[in-house]
Amino acid sequence: MRYLPALVVGASLGVIAGIGGYTFVYAKGASYLTNDPAACANCHVMNEQYDAWLKSSHHAVAACNDCHTPHALVPKYTTKGLNGFWHSYAFTTGDFPEPIQITGRNRRVTEGACRECHADMVHAIEGVPASADDSVSCIRCHRSVGHLH
Amino acid sequence: MKLKPPALVLLTAGVTMLVVAGLTALLMNIREHKEEARNPFFRVVTLTDDTEDPEVWGKNFPLQHDLYRRTVDQVRTKHGGSEAQPRTPTDADPRSIVAQSRLEEDPRLKTMWNGYAFAVDFREERGHAYMLDDQTFTGRQLVTPQPGTCLNCHASMYLTYKKLGGGDIVKGFEAINRMPYAEARKAVKHPVACIDCHDPDTMQLRVTRPAFMEGIRALKASQGVANYDVNTMATRQEMRAFVCGQCHVEYYFKGAEKRLVYPWAKGIRVENILDYYEEVGHKDWTHADSGADALKAQHPEFEMWNQGVHARSGVACADCHMPYLRQGALKISDHHVRSPLLNLSRACQTCHRWTEEELKARAETIQDRTFQTRNTAMDALVALIGDIKAAREAGVPEPQLQEARRAQRRAQFMVDFVEAENSTGFHAGQEAVRILGQAIDTARQGQLSLRPPVGR
Repeated sequence: MRYLPALVVGASLGVIAGIGGYTFVYAKGASYLTNDPAACANCHVMNEQYDAWLKSSHHAVAACNDCHTPHALVPKYTTKGLNGFWHSYAFTTGDFPEPIQITGRNRRVTEGACRECHADMVHAIEGVPASADDSVSCIRCHRSVGHLH
Repeated sequence: MKLKPPALVLLTAGVTMLVVAGLTALLMNIREHKEEARNPFFRVVTLTDDTEDPEVWGKNFPLQHDLYRRTVDQVRTKHGGSEAQPRTPTDADPRSIVAQSRLEEDPRLKTMWNGYAFAVDFREERGHAYMLDDQTFTGRQLVTPQPGTCLNCHASMYLTYKKLGGGDIVKGFEAINRMPYAEARKAVKHPVACIDCHDPDTMQLRVTRPAFMEGIRALKASQGVANYDVNTMATRQEMRAFVCGQCHVEYYFKGAEKRLVYPWAKGIRVENILDYYEEVGHKDWTHADSGADALKAQHPEFEMWNQGVHARSGVACADCHMPYLRQGALKISDHHVRSPLLNLSRACQTCHRWTEEELKARAETIQDRTFQTRNTAMDALVALIGDIKAAREAGVPEPQLQEARRAQRRAQFMVDFVEAENSTGFHAGQEAVRILGQAIDTARQGQLSLRPPVGR
C-alpha cells in the first residue's frame, strides 16, 4: 500500500472541495464577484439599502460597487474581499450593531468615489484642509443620494 | 521528521474532519438564514376571529410573543417609567409589587384632584402586562364605584364585545359600558392581546375599539372628511399609530349609559377639547376646595403626538415604541412596547445618526424644560385653588367666584393635559410648553379676578 497516504490526502481534498464547492454554489458565491447590486442583498441584511437605492437619484448612474469600492482593479477586489469576509463573519455570528453602520475605511472609499466622479465640481469647492478630519465631507449633506438608510 | 503512513492518515483525517465540520456548519447556517428569509412564520395552529388567548397566537409567532411578554419589566427613565415597590398583599388587593405613588412624589396633585378618586390613589403606570390587575385593584375602585366602561382600555375586549353583542362589537361595547365594573370584570380574561390589534387571517393591523372608530370619524368630519371608516380608509402607516390611539387618548364617559367618547368633534388640540366640553357641559367632578366644575385629562399621548414634528414627518407610534428588530435574516417589530429611551439604537438611530448619549441628552433636554414649566404651572394652579378656597371661607358671594372657578377648570385641564401625558413633553415639545404657558396665565388671571382693583 505505497499509495495509501496519497489516496487519503486526495480523498480528503476531494471531500473538502466537494462540500466547499457546494457551499459556495449554494450561497451564490459567484454572484459576489459580479457588479450586480442584487448580490449585495442576497442575505437580506441590505434589503433596506437595496430598496432605497432602487428609488434613489443615483440609481441610474451608480451601482453598489461604484460608490462602495475603489475603481482600480486591485484595490476594488481587495475591498470586496475584506468586506466579503467581515460581512459574512458578522452575519454568521450575528455580532453586529443595529442599525448597521458603515466602517471608517468604507466611508473613506465612498467619499473617494464621490470625488472621482464629481471631480470637476469638487476641485472648485475644496480648499486645503487644516487637518485630515477637517475636509469637506460629501455625504454629510448628500446622505440620501445613494440610499437614505 | 518523517511521519509514518498511519500517523499521516490520522493527521489528514483530523484536519479534514475539522475543515469539513466547519464547512458543514457554514452550509447549515446559510440554509437556516435562507429558510428564515423565506418563511416569516410557521402555521402550527389555526387562528380564527375567536382566538383570544395570546399563548395560542404565540405558537405561530413565538418571537413576537416572547417580546410581548416582556412588558412586565419595571424600569425607570429620568422622567418616567415605574419602580417596583413591595407591598403587603391584602384580601382586597393581592398585588405584592406595585409602582411608586405619584401623589407622594408631588402632593400638589392631591390639591389639584381634591374630591376626585385620583386624589386617593394614583401611581406611575406599569407595562401593558399589568393593565388589568392595576385597574382591578387600584384604591380608586374603593372610593367611587367605577363603570364597566373602564375595561375598554384595560383588557382584551374584542371577543367580549362580540359575545355580549351577539357578533356586533358596537352592541357589545354599549353593553359593557352599562355594567358595573365588578360585573364587567368577569367578562374579560386578558390584558391587551394580539387580537386587539391584528386581523387573525392576514395579521394586518385593525382597529377594534368602537370609541376610536367614532372619535376619529368625528375628528375627520370636523376636517371635512365625511363618513370616515378607519378600517378601510386608513393607510398602513396611519394604522401603526391608530391602533395605539385606540387607548392612549383623552376621553370621558357620556351620559347615564356611560358611553366611552373621545372628545374630538371640534378638533384634537387642547383648546378644541375644552370647547367641546363647554358645549356638552361636561364635568368630571366638583372640586372639594373650590367648588369648581373640574375636568381631569387622561394620558392624551395620541393628541400630543399629533402636534409634534414626528407626527408631521409621518413617524408613527410603532416606529419608536416598537422599532424593527433583526432575528437572523428575519425582521420583526419589537412587541416589547416600552420607552424609546430604553432602546435608543433601534428607536432613534435608524433616522438620527448621532450617538446614543447625544440622542438621550436631546430627549432629556426637552423633558427637563417641560418638567420645569410644568412645576411653575402647578404652583400657579395650586395658588389659584388656595385663593378660591380662602375667598369661599371669607364669605365672598358665589357669583364673584365664578370667573376664578372657570379659570381653574381650564388651567387645571391644561396642566393635566401635559402632566398626564406620558412623554413629559417629548411628543410635542413646543406644544406642551405652549399649553403650560396658557395654563399659567389662566391660573394667574383667575387669581386676579378675586382681587379688588388697585387704588380702591
